[in-house]
Amino acid sequence: MRGMSLIVQVMTGLLAGILLLYGGYIILHGHLTPGGGFAGGVLVAAALILVSLAFGAVEQVERREYILSSIFESSGGLLFLGLAVAGYLAADYFFRNAGLFYIGRPLELVSGGIIPLANIAIGLKVGAGLFAIFLALGASRFVMKE
Amino acid sequence: MIPYLACVLLFLIGLYVVISKRNLIKIVIGFSLIEYAVNLFFALVGFKKGALAPIITQPEQVRMGVARNFVDPVPQALVLTAIVIGLSTTALMLSLAMRLYEKYKTFDISEIRRLKG
Amino acid sequence: MEGRILPLFVAIPLAGAFLVPLLSKLWTRFADLIASITSALLLGVSVYGWLMVNAGGMPLHYWVGGWRIIGIAMWFDALTALIVLIINIVGFCASVYSIRYLDRYTGGRWKFFTLLLLLIAGLNGLAISGDLFNMFVFIEISAIASYALVAFGTEEEEVEAAFKYMVLGEVGGAVLLFGIALIYARASTLNLAHLSQVLAGFGRTPFYWFVIATLLIGFAIKMGMEPFHAWLADAHFSAPAPISAMLSGVFIKVTGVYAMSRLMFNVFGVSRAETPAFFNLLIAFGAVSMVLGGLLAYTQNDYKRLLAYSSISQIGYILVALGIGNFWGIAGALFHILAHALGKGTLFLASGSVERQTGTRNLEQLKGLEKTMPATTWSHILASFSMAGLPPFAGFFSKLFIIIGAIAARMYWLAFLAALFSAVTLGYLTKVVNMAFFVKQNSSVTSTREAPGLMVLAMLVLVVLTVAVGVGFRGVLDHLVGPAARVLLNGLEYARLVLGG
Repeated sequence: MRGMSLIVQVMTGLLAGILLLYGGYIILHGHLTPGGGFAGGVLVAAALILVSLAFGAVEQVERREYILSSIFESSGGLLFLGLAVAGYLAADYFFRNAGLFYIGRPLELVSGGIIPLANIAIGLKVGAGLFAIFLALGASRFVMKE
Repeated sequence: MIPYLACVLLFLIGLYVVISKRNLIKIVIGFSLIEYAVNLFFALVGFKKGALAPIITQPEQVRMGVARNFVDPVPQALVLTAIVIGLSTTALMLSLAMRLYEKYKTFDISEIRRLKG
Repeated sequence: MEGRILPLFVAIPLAGAFLVPLLSKLWTRFADLIASITSALLLGVSVYGWLMVNAGGMPLHYWVGGWRIIGIAMWFDALTALIVLIINIVGFCASVYSIRYLDRYTGGRWKFFTLLLLLIAGLNGLAISGDLFNMFVFIEISAIASYALVAFGTEEEEVEAAFKYMVLGEVGGAVLLFGIALIYARASTLNLAHLSQVLAGFGRTPFYWFVIATLLIGFAIKMGMEPFHAWLADAHFSAPAPISAMLSGVFIKVTGVYAMSRLMFNVFGVSRAETPAFFNLLIAFGAVSMVLGGLLAYTQNDYKRLLAYSSISQIGYILVALGIGNFWGIAGALFHILAHALGKGTLFLASGSVERQTGTRNLEQLKGLEKTMPATTWSHILASFSMAGLPPFAGFFSKLFIIIGAIAARMYWLAFLAALFSAVTLGYLTKVVNMAFFVKQNSSVTSTREAPGLMVLAMLVLVVLTVAVGVGFRGVLDHLVGPAARVLLNGLEYARLVLGG
């Protein structure tokens, strides 16, 4: 059997979805509560790493995951840069927030102009980036040998 | 004063580990200690006794002037950035250590001496 | 607002760095294209910025997000113009050169160009930053990119050098962050202009000197100053040739010398008259670096290791010139940064061409390359002349200014030392010329073909600029280096311009 024992796999199956959901929650509420793109992105990456450690990995799948995560990482970076440039084009200021997107009222989920969008971009970049680091370090290979 | 000195002590311990240990992984750990010491120091800079965390949970709080009793949020934001930088350096350092292990089959720096100088 | 171009210095290379991994999945050669186009665009933007500063005489400034003093400030004055021009000239040549040079390595092309663009983005960001913490972040961005680039070949020596470099460099970075934390603890501001006004109110207390000492240690590691030079020779030696050119020509000067002098002169307000101790310290360490680096270079038999020790020696020149502290000294330091970036860039690129064509860098094995590689040979010779300070090349005028400055400050021994080590520089560089290019020894390794066209082009651009800067030194001094030196000499004037404008 590839990966770790049945107990670990069942628990991972239960936990991974919740972790992903929690990561998404932290990312989306970044402008309201502590946390944000980075913290949520770390959670998302942790969920992905957990799955790939518990269930083992095939080399080809890992390579595809690596390519995919590098694509997601670059798009996260581009999205963040795009938000900055949007403010630049609209109001001459890099990262201009006021008057660009819907600001809303404080402490509502849809509010804060570009800040939630920037959190999503960072979450994408950090989640994919950390998972790519994990794959590049090849940590799962060492687990599989034991 | 004591917390600040503890940070300096942690920094020195990290420096000692980096300088004196021969194992690559231990060097990386020592480096992480240095980083934590500096981050902790920076976070302490913003501390104010009896102040609140700089989070507004109710819109009315803005008018009530809660912000005057907050700890300085700037160092926290800066430390978060520094932690992200530290994460990437640690990851890079570990991957270099792994590459060195693959090439030399050892983690001992006294045996990794292809470069003279 | 005339500072509108400033964010482009960071946005363009970052966009390039993010696009390279995406588009190179479609076609691997997109990586080459994007890197060359972005670095050419950056070069255009920096020339435009220089012309604007030169025409208006006023510095450009920009507040990210429109937050003014509490936000991130960007600042583009004559000194920034000079530094940004150097970064982007060498960066452009390095990325054009890399297109054919990378044929030596199997795969990983997109990784190389992503990292190169990140390195350029970090250096540009550092040059335009007007915010203390942002300076640190950009230093770290460029440093992390450079660690990975040094290890790019993933052979034993390269990974070993990268690890060594990384441990030292990151300890330097941590020390810098510690210094920044100390400053923030007292001053509660990070904007350089505001900070300089706040610090001026504190006076020259022990705290002031402690912060300066902390920052100096960090920058000394970054620039490879003498007691901390261990990483530099190995890293320059092991990196791919265009990266050696970037490291030696640009990286150590921007993250070390530029960042240090910006903080010390414009924020801490040091000046020869008020704080002579600081300047004497620079002269002492600079002189030691100059002497030891030059002597160590003389004994090397590896092409690139020789050039690396020579870089330590030239950094010593720059520090000594800064330490002299009068107009000619500082102008000489900045002129030398320019001349050394062009000259040493050429030399490292030439070493890469030789290595690519012959497969070795050991000078004792090479012979008679002059016949088959004339363009590389002559690039090397002209750049060597410039480095050694022969007229009419750029290096002659930088060393002339430094000597004039030393004599004007009545430091005759320093003038003598600078002149003497010009001769030493000429000695070790002609040693390379003799051994590799002209003399026919019993050794066997030679090349039958010249390096590919794009590589020769990159070298020729740098050589032509070296000659042009030397021949047109009046223009360069009046419009590029002179105003930049005045920015440093004016010291705290910087703050008034930012906050008043």
